[in-house]
Amino acid sequence: MTEGTLLSVEDVIVDLPTPRGNLRAVDRVDLTVGAGRTLGVVGESGCGKTMLSRAILQLLPKKAKLSGRVMFDGQDLLQLSPERLRKLRGRSLAVVFQDPMTSLNPVLTIGTQLIETLQEHLELDMRAATKRSVELLAAVGIPAPEQRLMQYPHQLSGGMRQRVAIAIALSCEPKLLIADEPTTALDVTIQAQILDLLAREQRRRHMAMIIITHDLGVVAGRTDEVAVMYAGRVVERAPTPALFKKMRMPYTEALLAALPKIDAAPHTPLPAISGRPPDPTRPLKGCSFAPRCRYAWAQCQVEKPRLEEADSPGHQFACFRPIGISAGAGA
Amino acid sequence: MMQQASPAVSSDPLLDVDNLVVEYPVGNKIVHAVSGVSLQIARGETLGLVGESGCGKSTLGRAVLQLRRPVSGRVLFDGQDLTAMQGDTLRLMRQRVQLIFQDPIASLNPRRRIGDIIAEPLIISGVKDAAKRQRLVDEALSAVGLDPALVVGRLPHEFSGGQCQRICIARALVLNPEFIVCDEPVSALDVSIRAQILNLLEEMKARYGLTLLFIAHDLAVVKAVSDRVAVMYLGRLCEVGPSEQLFAKPAHPYTALLIEAIPVPDPDVRPAETVPVGEPPSPISPPSGCRFRTRCPRADQRCSDEVPELRAVASGQFVACHHPLI
Ligand SMILES: Nc1ncnc2c1ncn2[C@@H]1O[C@H](COP(=O)(O)OP(=O)(O)OP(=O)(O)O)[C@@H](O)[C@H]1O
Ligand SMILES: Nc1ncnc2c1ncn2[C@@H]1O[C@H](COP(=O)(O)OP(=O)(O)OP(=O)(O)O)[C@@H](O)[C@H]1O
Ligand code: SF4
Ligand code: SF4
Ligand SMILES: [Mg+2]
Ligand SMILES: [Mg+2]
Repeated sequence: MTEGTLLSVEDVIVDLPTPRGNLRAVDRVDLTVGAGRTLGVVGESGCGKTMLSRAILQLLPKKAKLSGRVMFDGQDLLQLSPERLRKLRGRSLAVVFQDPMTSLNPVLTIGTQLIETLQEHLELDMRAATKRSVELLAAVGIPAPEQRLMQYPHQLSGGMRQRVAIAIALSCEPKLLIADEPTTALDVTIQAQILDLLAREQRRRHMAMIIITHDLGVVAGRTDEVAVMYAGRVVERAPTPALFKKMRMPYTEALLAALPKIDAAPHTPLPAISGRPPDPTRPLKGCSFAPRCRYAWAQCQVEKPRLEEADSPGHQFACFRPIGISAGAGA
Repeated sequence: MMQQASPAVSSDPLLDVDNLVVEYPVGNKIVHAVSGVSLQIARGETLGLVGESGCGKSTLGRAVLQLRRPVSGRVLFDGQDLTAMQGDTLRLMRQRVQLIFQDPIASLNPRRRIGDIIAEPLIISGVKDAAKRQRLVDEALSAVGLDPALVVGRLPHEFSGGQCQRICIARALVLNPEFIVCDEPVSALDVSIRAQILNLLEEMKARYGLTLLFIAHDLAVVKAVSDRVAVMYLGRLCEVGPSEQLFAKPAHPYTALLIEAIPVPDPDVRPAETVPVGEPPSPISPPSGCRFRTRCPRADQRCSDEVPELRAVASGQFVACHHPLI
């Protein structure tokens, strides 16, 4: 643990019992986030991003088994009572989900939801909480905030709802905000606005943030560090510029190459990744990416590569045959 | 609405959509989903259609295929007006045009085997010979990279999203159509699978000489497959032009806004701080004049008084704006 570490996830495993057998959704993940820093977590659908964030928030499905340690702001979250956890989640550890309706209550007005959160956690009186609510809605770019307080979530567009969810998440000045695909359900123009909003509030409040997404484009200009996940594991982790320019992991390279590029000529064939991720209830003996990896060799089939340090600081990767010098972002 | 010279310069249009209007009655109000759209698609061409959620892309695609009857306007397919066709004539014509949906899993009947799902269009169109049907089904599945022997007997839930989209494409191909409307065919898929399906569509297009209307809200995806791109906003076309030209030199302020909002996978490109330009107004009571004016940084009085007509700004590029960027 380095100085200024706010969150540290140590050797976290999440197992889910399923009719097909045990499903290891998160497999021995180590991560740290410094105070005021931004971490991007990227990976394909089903790679365990949401389960990892739920493990941090201690909001896993009941049947899930969690092992490892989650240290947040000097406290071991696995040891906290449900009551203390609930307090913490409203206050210093906040979350925004992909679908804003997950965090909003459909039968309560926007005002009631904001004011109740503020009253509960900050012990403000009604007047102060109302005033603060109006300020928060204005801060997240909602026009005519006084009138919005009286509205119900269904009366707002998807983009507006996500803004409200962000306002509630920010209301108690959290130290860490986890945003799990906050813009996947939104349009490109609205998506850019919401990401800007998050970045602005993050800087202004010196809040740490984890942005979870499957889109490398979303994390590129907006994070300090990126962790790439595949089949439940972190397979590469690096300061953002290094990840894009000096990636070592074939999966990261493949993921970036498969993105359609806006500056490529039409009808340029895309370097697709063949096949799909392995069935998480049937873990592979060797590297999980081996069946799809163009660099795979014999060792990859029988042994799991561990996360190792690269030569540049803060850069780690899990691969037996790492890429030397990558073609970089423009490739 | 007056329409000037048809926007898509095309010597051999397979599809010619003229001043199409589509509305939905909701209670005693009307949703103006598509309001006077004209476009052409040449034989063998892919026209990309972009615009944000609710702007009328799917409605336009469905109205072209007469799955939703337009209020007015014409849809000429290979010179024949689909809007004037009924019953058997339309059914016959429909064999030549197909639709691929956004949600591949939901668009497959969960209780039917893959073989039957793909054979269904053949049965509807009167292919009575079972052996011939099976041969065509096998061909279509092989074409999309699936092994017929391993696939025909199984049910949709046994397949991943990407595989289901392959199955949907096979179903669309089995009647050997000339024209396919692809309505967000990769939006629900992962980045890695998305590239597989986009490549597959390109391959099928080349192999069968298909003409495509490709709907999506992701500009990079649209550019990857389209010869020309049409940008739509709140029921109207803003701009149409050759893909590269349109992305390099957008003429419409909305096109420019869309291009700026694309997340670029390069850490050196700091995303430009977006101007908080708000959200689209309701299509129940769209703004007067230019429908984009409530979010447009260039809007003036004329924009609220006068509907901008589509006109040429560069070779092959057409824009509906009083104050275009070029
Ligand atoms: N409640 C659950 N019970 C059993 N398995 C689950 C449950 N929720 C998720 N899983 C499985 O756990 C694995 C990890 O899922 P998770 O939701 O964390 O993925 P993700 O990376 O967030 O994907 P996406 O990008 O689709 O949101 C997947 O294989 C998924 O099918
Ligand atoms: N069956 C319907 N009844 C009433 N209104 C409808 C119906 N279908 C669509 N609409 C409305 O018509 C407008 C255009 O919808 P459409 O589905 O064509 O948009 P779209 O561009 O395809 O959006 P998306 O990107 O979300 O798929 C929207 O305002 C929508 O709410
Ligand atoms: S360990 Fe082997 S299979 Fe895995 S990513 Fe590296 S080269 Fe590919
Ligand atoms: S016509 Fe006016 S409001 Fe519409 S896009 Fe052009 S400048 Fe903007
Ligand atoms: Mg998730
Ligand atoms: Mg649609």
